[in-house]
Amino acid sequence: MSSARESVQTYTPREFHRQAHDALGNPQIRANFRRAMDGLMGKRRDVFSDWDLETLRELGASIRLRALAKLPDLLERLEANCQANGIQVHWAENGDEACRIIREICQRHDAKAVIKGKSMVSEEMHLNAHLEEAGIVALESDLGEYLVQLNEQTPSHIIMPAIHLNTDEISDIMHDKTGIERTRDVDYMTAAARAQLRERFMAADVGISGVNFAVAETGTLCLVENEGNGRMTTAVPPVHVAVTGIEKVVEHLRDVPPLYALLTRSATGQHVTTYFNMISSPRKPGEHDGPKEVHLVLVDSGRSNIYQDNELLDTLRCIRCGACMNHCPVYTRVGGHTYGTTYPGPIGSILMPHMMGLEETKDLPTASSLCGACGEVCPVKIPIPDLLVRLRRESVGEGRGNVPGAGVKRTRKEAAAWKGFQWLATHPTAWRSGAALAGKLRALAPSKLGPWTEYRTAPKPAKKSLHELVKRHQAEKAKREERP
Amino acid sequence: MSARDNIFKRLRERADGPLTAPESDFAVVTGRGWGREERLARFERWITSVHGEVIHTSCDAWASALVEVLEAKGIRRLALGREHPVAAEARAALAEGGVVLIDADRDIEAWRHEQFHDADAGLTSTRGAIAETGSLWLWPTPDEPRLLSLVPPIHIAVLDADTVEDTFFDVIERNGWADDMPTNALLISGPSKTADIEQTLAYGVHGPRELVVLLRHREQCP
Repeated sequence: MSSARESVQTYTPREFHRQAHDALGNPQIRANFRRAMDGLMGKRRDVFSDWDLETLRELGASIRLRALAKLPDLLERLEANCQANGIQVHWAENGDEACRIIREICQRHDAKAVIKGKSMVSEEMHLNAHLEEAGIVALESDLGEYLVQLNEQTPSHIIMPAIHLNTDEISDIMHDKTGIERTRDVDYMTAAARAQLRERFMAADVGISGVNFAVAETGTLCLVENEGNGRMTTAVPPVHVAVTGIEKVVEHLRDVPPLYALLTRSATGQHVTTYFNMISSPRKPGEHDGPKEVHLVLVDSGRSNIYQDNELLDTLRCIRCGACMNHCPVYTRVGGHTYGTTYPGPIGSILMPHMMGLEETKDLPTASSLCGACGEVCPVKIPIPDLLVRLRRESVGEGRGNVPGAGVKRTRKEAAAWKGFQWLATHPTAWRSGAALAGKLRALAPSKLGPWTEYRTAPKPAKKSLHELVKRHQAEKAKREERP
Repeated sequence: MSARDNIFKRLRERADGPLTAPESDFAVVTGRGWGREERLARFERWITSVHGEVIHTSCDAWASALVEVLEAKGIRRLALGREHPVAAEARAALAEGGVVLIDADRDIEAWRHEQFHDADAGLTSTRGAIAETGSLWLWPTPDEPRLLSLVPPIHIAVLDADTVEDTFFDVIERNGWADDMPTNALLISGPSKTADIEQTLAYGVHGPRELVVLLRHREQCP
């Protein structure tokens, strides 16, 4: 029996087609994702049932757009307010710089053990591997991330990292890696993980977390979570490092409640998460717990490039809820690892090309049927299908050329074919005679058309074109009406 | 140029020119207009839907309700503050019984192991609550530090019915949060939970396994 567990391997977006083929042939992966995504879609629908969802999405979109419209001002304000509160702010142009900054903070404290709350930005820059090279052990504490790390994998979903694994597979992982009994008892496994991780929280020298919203007005870092590992990570170790993308800033504290309401409902169908943790400073004199140092590392990694373009800018509205992947028919069938990128699914397909370049990720914008579900469920109304089309245009060199690797899929043959089609379609006489000729030569139409005919029969030109059929029909009708 | 300078240069010199900020209309997250009964009913419905336990009591009788909870749950060692009236009244009520009181108003470095291993429950006050989501709001203090509501396996929170408000937005606006953010502000909605193992809900993964809310009603107060 194939398993989602055995798929321990390196995935890369270059191999999207092969990986998709493998995933489609893996009944375990398909069952795990189908079940999970069906459940998540139902829960989201139910939890929004008594809300004016469109008005709430409109508000969410306006808050994110306002934040982006004022982005440089808000980042300066965030920095000033954080610093006034005693939070140290660092800037990184790319993931490597951010890794170096965090490693140096760890080294200044002679840190050997780091405990991590969930952070996709840290996944984006492969922070764990970087710290490991410096002899610093980084342990994930979100249960899903912990399981994925034990299994030497990467997350397959941005909210539910271990969604590709079922209970039996997780039981095997915990048995093999931590020595607990094999079981199907989820409470037992959860309790075992609690005991294992509590010791690690106490022993950790540094806690590293992400940020869901950074509030410019107050210099506050907001973290959304259910488990309490985020609170542990940010309150137990003596040093807390928060790492996030520069787009996560919002202007006012009052901007937070609508985004939080949208985030939890869109992500997991919860009306609220167990914890909403708002951090505005390190431990103050007289306070008895919490870290004595708090650092905020703000990472660009291509975001300021996306920011240049009025259309692509919408990518930066994202609040990382994962609803687009939960509702994506492609993601549900191939799973998260197939994309070979930190962020899978529709949001990954419009974000990763900017981070990795279209050379690496050229197949991702086409990993969509453009059914539109992602755009319809997006809590901040990102027009994801339009952005997928824009990146397809960029990849064949028909866009503005401001995405790294633009034009990578352009072939002279295809460009000439479309040029020819364009000419034909705008010259009616040539079009009609071409269509008539194709009808006559239909026996010669090729039956193999590359990937198109791998799963489909090739189209054959009709004997008579629709134009001709209509013309004949009208002529016959006129003749009938002439008769008495 | 530093990384900071480079990032700001790119953001300030945006290729497609400056952007216009849209207006935001917050009406959808406020103005619920619920009466007291409905507000409390919603709070209770939502917090119990995520495994929180609500015990109705009065300002007079809450300490005896606390004693009953401790007995029912077999709590022998309770961590709590000292100065807050909630902590002071609890200390008075528990002075005679067999429950060991653990002082929470100490530097964590001095009692981390004790907090992680020995405390059966933590008692905290709350600043208020949110009816729409069934959430408690806490601003930890030196008297009731951050980890008191997180590390012990049971969290007992004392809430005054009068302090429950309709929405999170209302709480932030009416209490002037933006002018006065504490080191750590928290919303707590139920005990710690996870669904990371095949979407199966399990409680107490890192934080408390149980959350008990002692809801104090004022009309029964002197």
